[in-house]
Amino acid sequence: MPALIVGAAMALPLAYLAVRSLGAPSEAWELFFRVRTAQILWRSVLLVIVVTGGTLLIGVPLAWLTARTDMPMRRLLSVLVALPLVIPTYVGGFLAVSALGPKGLLQDILEPLGVSRLPEIYGLPGASATLILLSYPYVYLTVRAALTRMDPSLDESARLLGHGTASTFFRLTLPQLRPAMISGSLLVALYTLSDFGAVSLMRYESFTWAIYQQYQAAFARTIAAVLALGLVGLASVVLVLENLARGRSRYYRSSSGSERPQPTVRLKALRWPAAGVAWLVVLAALGLPTLVLGYWLVNGMSAGEPLLLLWRAAWNAVGVSLLAAVASALLAIPVAAIMVRHPGPISTMVYRVSHTGYAMPGIVVALALVFFGSRLVTPLYQTIWLLCFGYVILFLPAALGAVRSSLAQISPRLEESARVLGRSPLRVMLSVTGPLMRSGLLMGGALVFLLTMKELPATLILGPLGFKTLATAVWSASEEAFFARAAAPALMLILVSSIPMAVLVLKERSVRQ
Amino acid sequence: MIASRFSARHIVGKSGLALWTAVVVGILLLSVGCSSGDTNQDTTAEKGATAGTEESGRLVVYSGRSESLTGPIIEQFEEATGIDVQVKYGSTSEMAATLQEEGRRSPADVFWAQDPGALGALSEMFKPLPSDVTLAVPEWARSSNGKWVGVSGRARVIVYNTGLSESELPNSVQELTDPKWKGRIGWPPTNASFRVMVTAMRHLWGEDETRAWLEGMLENDVKVFPKNTPIVEAAGKGEVDVGLVNHYYLHRFLAEHGDDFGARNLFLNDGGPGSLVMVAGTGILSAASNSVNAEAFVRFLLSKVAQQYFAASTYEYPLVEGIKTHRLLPPIENLNGPDIDFALLDDLAGTEELLRSTGVIP
Repeated sequence: MPALIVGAAMALPLAYLAVRSLGAPSEAWELFFRVRTAQILWRSVLLVIVVTGGTLLIGVPLAWLTARTDMPMRRLLSVLVALPLVIPTYVGGFLAVSALGPKGLLQDILEPLGVSRLPEIYGLPGASATLILLSYPYVYLTVRAALTRMDPSLDESARLLGHGTASTFFRLTLPQLRPAMISGSLLVALYTLSDFGAVSLMRYESFTWAIYQQYQAAFARTIAAVLALGLVGLASVVLVLENLARGRSRYYRSSSGSERPQPTVRLKALRWPAAGVAWLVVLAALGLPTLVLGYWLVNGMSAGEPLLLLWRAAWNAVGVSLLAAVASALLAIPVAAIMVRHPGPISTMVYRVSHTGYAMPGIVVALALVFFGSRLVTPLYQTIWLLCFGYVILFLPAALGAVRSSLAQISPRLEESARVLGRSPLRVMLSVTGPLMRSGLLMGGALVFLLTMKELPATLILGPLGFKTLATAVWSASEEAFFARAAAPALMLILVSSIPMAVLVLKERSVRQ
Repeated sequence: MIASRFSARHIVGKSGLALWTAVVVGILLLSVGCSSGDTNQDTTAEKGATAGTEESGRLVVYSGRSESLTGPIIEQFEEATGIDVQVKYGSTSEMAATLQEEGRRSPADVFWAQDPGALGALSEMFKPLPSDVTLAVPEWARSSNGKWVGVSGRARVIVYNTGLSESELPNSVQELTDPKWKGRIGWPPTNASFRVMVTAMRHLWGEDETRAWLEGMLENDVKVFPKNTPIVEAAGKGEVDVGLVNHYYLHRFLAEHGDDFGARNLFLNDGGPGSLVMVAGTGILSAASNSVNAEAFVRFLLSKVAQQYFAASTYEYPLVEGIKTHRLLPPIENLNGPDIDFALLDDLAGTEELLRSTGVIP
């Protein structure tokens, strides 16, 4: 029942799109069924495939290296490789262009060597590289969480049966990681569908780009709504594929036993090369953006720009993000529970509906809440509460994935035993399942926190009058080309978001030890 | 050591999770409650204003222009009048869509938009402005039905890399379809100002010629940018040689990077669509609950003080007489923009259709 209420709330953007599309002029539908729509749709599909594949290739090995091996500096690396997630794509994409564009900073450095122009990065290569580097942490974090929770006796059995490191990884660990990999890639795939920042700056005309341009240049919100329905269709296909990929396996421990540390894999001669690869990823995804921002900041300050530290905006951002994180983590529980414990058509429906907001561009979800909020809950309109509700609609799936995988690793027998011993379902949730899901809840909450910290369109549209966050400060400055002024809030955004990320990753390690 | 770790984990574990969550939520409710308390009061104040006469000292502005540009002048208005102005900042398109969704329920009194396209799209929601307000600006800078008024002018220009010599520069946008410009031009086809220029083109040249120009530009491998600023940046670095933009972005780059920034503006004064002068402007919503304050605000934006501010600080063109243009800009009389009524430029759908059928946008 709670799951159904959450599901109904998550369906609000869909309801809005339905209202708008029904009132749409016939031209909107003609437009929709044009050949070019198919072309743009295909571009989005291609982008999703490339980005999802890329994030798996980067995220899974990094998770394994930092969680299971004796790679040097893995404690530090385990935090650093998670951090690119805190960089908004509209900042990352912009930085990538100014650093690696045909006449970017890199070309500037190479100029003495006779390089007058670098090859263009625009289009699919630039858009997918930006999105891969900024969103692989979804895969990394979910897979890493699963790796640390996995029952070590499986590994031990495989070793006893004579499998080596590689063979154990590919035949045992990897298949066990399937649910986590799927959860992570689902988040990546839908995030890619909804992203506007990277695709617009990298000039890749995806489906979300097409929706945005209807708002931006044509002020045609009905046509945009019709197009957004197409995006929902695309997201549904992704969700069906997800379901097929998941299969019907069970992943919880069937015998008795308690959580204990994993054995560490010795990399021997490969220790340093492995660390080198991890550092390379950190350098590209985190080091480069921070360096460029730092360069702007120093540049601006030497030109007389005051260094503005926006504590008020930082405080606002942290406040609403925490609120959204806690709300999303808690609301994810009923949906995850119905998915894992009572799979069926209803649970599938609730689960899929919960993902539509996440797959949509932020502006669509925000306008949906403008539509309903200004009509139905006027006293809450343009308050923090409706804004947080918007964040929940946008980001619940990020919490859901983590909560769901952690729940899937808990044997239902534990809950059954507690029920048999006379505890009510709620008490079971609070005293047995909840604590066991702790790492999933924390991880899910942290992901929502980070996503909210950098969220822009919903914050601008739904926020209270005069409400400012770090993301809006970055936007306000960069929109008018005041880059030096944008650098300080952008660096603050990265720094402030890093703290919970670091705590989270380090905490997980200390639980292990 | 072991004992302390055990106890720490013990506290966090089990029911600690629920407790911890409750504490965090509690703190947040308290702290955030303070700031949302303001808004609650405001809503009651607003209701009072709607019910009674307009005595409330407040004003709600939706600004499609960013705070870095409008913040200082809004503050001056607050100081001068004692009216408490609350602003919602966003992109012009986001604010326009929000207003459309809110309809008559909108808390907004004034919409301040970046371009005439958005103002035209929302003109049904505006109430007619008093004629002395609209008459303060030249005819080309206001809507013909008196629904909105321009407050600052921005010219279409060609931004060029300073590596180009004077003689190489084009004299009109038509010349850019010449094969010698192949691969050297940047434009922003999803930018609202660009769309207004193409709409003007359709009026001045007719559909066929505009179509031919767009196709010629595509043949010349014109590079697509998401908006104006990256084009100016690209022109400065020489990634493109010329770009079709609004004039004032360049001055932000010059202010930040100094005079050695590698791009300058070329003001075409051929009287064609490439020399169009547009406005950022405001309209008052017909459902405004503080319309007296709103009117005072619009009047203020057209006052000498505000116009001087636009000229000096945002590098835009002042629209009322007797205000000096920034020394870095050619005077507005020299711009020779095409003679065209903005009311004719609201056919954005037709422009979009043309851009789509030529393949400029997919």
